[in-house]
Amino acid sequence: MPAVSKGDGMRGLAVFISDIRNCKSKEAEIKRINKELANIRSKFKGDKALDGYSKKKYVCKLLFIFLLGHDIDFGHMEAVNLLSSNRYTEKQIGYLFISVLVNSNSELIRLINNAIKNDLASRNPTFMGLALHCIANVGSREMAEAFAGEIPKILVAGDTMDSVKQSAALCLLRLYRTSPDLVPMGDWTSRVVHLLNDQHLGVVTAATSLITTLAQKNPEEFKTSVSLAVSRLSRIVTSASTDLQDYTYYFVPAPWLSVKLLRLLQCYPPPEDPAVRGRLTECLETILNKAQEPPKSKKVQHSNAKNAVLFEAISLIIHHDSEPNLLVRACNQLGQFLQHRETNLRYLALESMCTLASSEFSHEAVKTHIETVINALKTERDVSVRQRAVDLLYAMCDRSNAQQIVAEMLNYLETADYSIREEIVLKVAILAEKYAVDYTWYVDTILNLIRIAGDYVSEEVWYRVIQIVINRDDVQGYAAKTVFEALQAPACHENLVKVGGYILGEFGNLIAGDPRSSPLIQFNLLHSKFHLCSVPTRALLLSTYIKFVNLFPEIKTTIQDVLRSDSQLKNADVELQQRAVEYLRLSTIASTDILATVLEEMPPFPERESSILAKLKKKKGPGTVTDLEEIKKERSSDMNGSAEPASVNASAVSTPSPSADLLGLGAAPLTNSAPPPSSSGSLLVDVFSDSASAVAPLAPGSDDNFASPDLASSEVVSEEPADTVHDADELFHKFVCKNNGVLFENQLLQIGLKSEFRQNLGRMFIFYGNKTSTQFLNFTPTVICSDDLQSSLNLQTKPVDPTVDGGAQVQQVVNIECVSDFMEAPILNIQFRYGGTFQNLSVKLPITLNKFFQPTEMSSQDFFQRWKQLSNPKQEVQNIFKAKHPMDAEITKAKIIGFGSALLEEVDPNPANFVGAGIIHTKTTQIGCLLRLEPNLQAQMYRLTLRTSKEAVSQRLCELLSEQF
Amino acid sequence: MINAILVFNNHGKPRLVRFYQHLAEEVQQQIIRETFHLVLKRDDHICNFLECGSLFGGSDYKLIYRHYATLYFVFCVDSSESELGILDLIQVFVETLDKCFENVCELDLIFHMDKVHHILQEVVIGGMVLETNMNEIVAQVEAQSKLEKAEGGLSAAPSRAVSAVKNINLPEIPRNINIGDINIKVPNLSQFM
Repeated sequence: MPAVSKGDGMRGLAVFISDIRNCKSKEAEIKRINKELANIRSKFKGDKALDGYSKKKYVCKLLFIFLLGHDIDFGHMEAVNLLSSNRYTEKQIGYLFISVLVNSNSELIRLINNAIKNDLASRNPTFMGLALHCIANVGSREMAEAFAGEIPKILVAGDTMDSVKQSAALCLLRLYRTSPDLVPMGDWTSRVVHLLNDQHLGVVTAATSLITTLAQKNPEEFKTSVSLAVSRLSRIVTSASTDLQDYTYYFVPAPWLSVKLLRLLQCYPPPEDPAVRGRLTECLETILNKAQEPPKSKKVQHSNAKNAVLFEAISLIIHHDSEPNLLVRACNQLGQFLQHRETNLRYLALESMCTLASSEFSHEAVKTHIETVINALKTERDVSVRQRAVDLLYAMCDRSNAQQIVAEMLNYLETADYSIREEIVLKVAILAEKYAVDYTWYVDTILNLIRIAGDYVSEEVWYRVIQIVINRDDVQGYAAKTVFEALQAPACHENLVKVGGYILGEFGNLIAGDPRSSPLIQFNLLHSKFHLCSVPTRALLLSTYIKFVNLFPEIKTTIQDVLRSDSQLKNADVELQQRAVEYLRLSTIASTDILATVLEEMPPFPERESSILAKLKKKKGPGTVTDLEEIKKERSSDMNGSAEPASVNASAVSTPSPSADLLGLGAAPLTNSAPPPSSSGSLLVDVFSDSASAVAPLAPGSDDNFASPDLASSEVVSEEPADTVHDADELFHKFVCKNNGVLFENQLLQIGLKSEFRQNLGRMFIFYGNKTSTQFLNFTPTVICSDDLQSSLNLQTKPVDPTVDGGAQVQQVVNIECVSDFMEAPILNIQFRYGGTFQNLSVKLPITLNKFFQPTEMSSQDFFQRWKQLSNPKQEVQNIFKAKHPMDAEITKAKIIGFGSALLEEVDPNPANFVGAGIIHTKTTQIGCLLRLEPNLQAQMYRLTLRTSKEAVSQRLCELLSEQF
Repeated sequence: MINAILVFNNHGKPRLVRFYQHLAEEVQQQIIRETFHLVLKRDDHICNFLECGSLFGGSDYKLIYRHYATLYFVFCVDSSESELGILDLIQVFVETLDKCFENVCELDLIFHMDKVHHILQEVVIGGMVLETNMNEIVAQVEAQSKLEKAEGGLSAAPSRAVSAVKNINLPEIPRNINIGDINIKVPNLSQFM
């Protein structure tokens, strides 16, 4: 007999639904619905009390109208009234309406909560079930406030019925998700863990879901679940398919629970207890073995369920990453799936293999499947599968197969779906750069990219190729020749014109000896594209032309003619017009020497993380395992033998630095920190990039660009200025957690700083402001490093003008490279003559080790795992000190973030504590750092603990940070 | 976690909609429309998983769906769920519907919306899987029916109403539904893997 008898419907409802279905047009439907809404409204408002049946009917109608996509703005009160009915049917429909329609912020929540409270207390399991379902479905904060204390009791009470326990577990899980702070951990936690042993598999399943989520945040509290989960899993895996009766699904014993248990185990590292570990390994082996057995049923549900367990087991093996034997078996199993006739399995196999590729035990094994994966790229009908194939190729790429993989990706790009082209372009660009042994290959690859998918080549990609060509003189001639050839195609992408214009402007001379690419031919070729290009590209080409004036004096007049033409000099676009006018004047009045200086070749860009990588990470989100894990491999093999644990290393790349700029050009700091001198400045800077000095003469009014408002308004200004060197310590400490502000001030001079750091590099702009109305003469700032410091910190300064006019400000740039970790700070010494007296003062320059921090996000579990790994007494430094400032949590958080580490929320079991993690980047090594700050409000004290792989680093960071609170 | 369960027919008409995160009505409708367009253009023998882009505001979500005759069952889940597990769950849900309604068809979902919700409630609550054992689920639903019968107050509805309505409206029904396909009998289900 069917559980729902079909005749039980409500006539009015059925008629209404039929009416709607018979409506010939959208308008008719809306009309009918409005009529019905009016009807229901009047019924609800009417004086006649509605019976339960009518209420139920109207609520059903409202639900149907809602399903059709119409807003329902009444009926809530009637639904709430139904909740307090004693009749099951009325209560049930009331709860349904509320679960579907009531917003978690509704003001009715209080009334609803009241009804729920009554039902929970009713001891009637059916009513309790309805109430719990409602809490789980709505899951609002008010509900958490009202019931988070009550539900754990229901969950672990001995006399609670199984079905209520199941609902209670999931209900608690939902409340924990929405308001973790309101769910108190307590003695119930250990009893929940024991639910893993429950007789009823439904209860175990619900409990496993709950424990998995709780364990992610509180690994210590739920540690005992590991051994219980393993033994439960073992009992399921080894059971005969009939043992579990109803929980056997198409001959697979409790597949859903097995999957959940395997997920739970992925919250933890491999079990330490050898017995448990052995039992788990046995389970995993059994699951792998079963995959090879002939299927017990031909039904797809059978293989589906079996494989769901298998894939989860493989995920666990990959997560543990500790048993080479299992990893290789997992890889072989996935290899079989790669060729399976089920698309779903091919998809999942590609996805799992991506994570497997990052394990050093199985990377080689994964690589053996390259042909299959390439084939998938070519033949799969489903774009989501092809996308996975691209991901896997990217993950398995290394030096040995880069050329093949890049070539295949380029091939695929020609026909790839539009939705994934940009990502493929980024991946190709990254791989080509990372594995380029021969940079001519790299240049070819990028030009091919532009040719095949020009529209999808983002700025980062073409900036990067220019950066690399400029930094490597061995490839410049080749690049010039190649772009020249590529530009000859009758139709070429605008991005190619940009790259071509830039490269020929810099290195056109390298191919000018060949009569086929003489200066004039180069110029004509570029200029033939000019009119087809957008304004920014034209602006770039104009800069190329003025560079040509310097490179090829013989075509100067031709270029001047072009610049002089009306279409340039009178161009409607102000930027183009200004360039044409200025370049024309420059070429006319400047001597050859000046031209040669102003238009000299670009200096190399500082090396840093590829901006393309940052872009890909941004696109895919920081959680993408594939590319990041891949890089982890790359890094750890690059620096084999480095003392730091690989796991910390991995996290170095798993979080894209929030400050990583997408541009990645060396010019970025310049354009960012000093406002462009004039409207034309920004584009000029694009083109001339690093050569700040070259821009200056072109740009009018560049001397007034210091008035940076944030310096003037900086809170430090109002403080007592430090008079002498040694008292400046306090100001110095302020800079530990920030990068900009006033470093020093007296009656004569103000020194301001702006700095930025990325990985092991940094750049500091020092601004010297003359506060008097008299000139400073012989103004000489010098940065002094002690011998010790010199070996670990590379500082380059540019000299400044020896006269500083009254009221004027000059700027000095310090380029910083951190070679290894260091303790002291460099000294900035300034000497000058002011009104006949000689002035000499020194300040500590706030370049401190923590500036080279890169924040690392990690889960609580990772954090404590690493924390434990760094348990050698030499790695830990602790300081207990009195608070110097009011103990405000928000300020403390800001300081920890300013210090450079990531602030990890919800990691420490005690929410009052602060934990942070990050990587110190030096040229020679990277040092993973973990920190924990425990405030004690009563005593007004702090305890700060630093753990890093290097004692000196722990020591220094602890010193620096202790001064901050 | 399951963020949403959407059931719509081949024309994109929603038949069962359940969101487990709070979204404005317009957003829900938008998601239903976009989901429909995403799955509609996929033929029946390709993969049952697809990334849903920014549909739910994150890259972490996947759509896992099955197509049965006239209906699409789509579950939107985050990465904490097993893809094949969810496929099984959809099957469990549909088989349960079939048991409860005896040869369930699209019309049952339309005319017994409340029942369908109650059945779903026994499988998934708050975005989490409550029960996967079909017999257990059916037992719960049967217990509910018994309670309803015992209360009897609702029997005012003539039991022939629905079948009568179905017959009356037969000429118009093909506008949305291909009669021949109405039955989504379980024995036919597997071929649509």
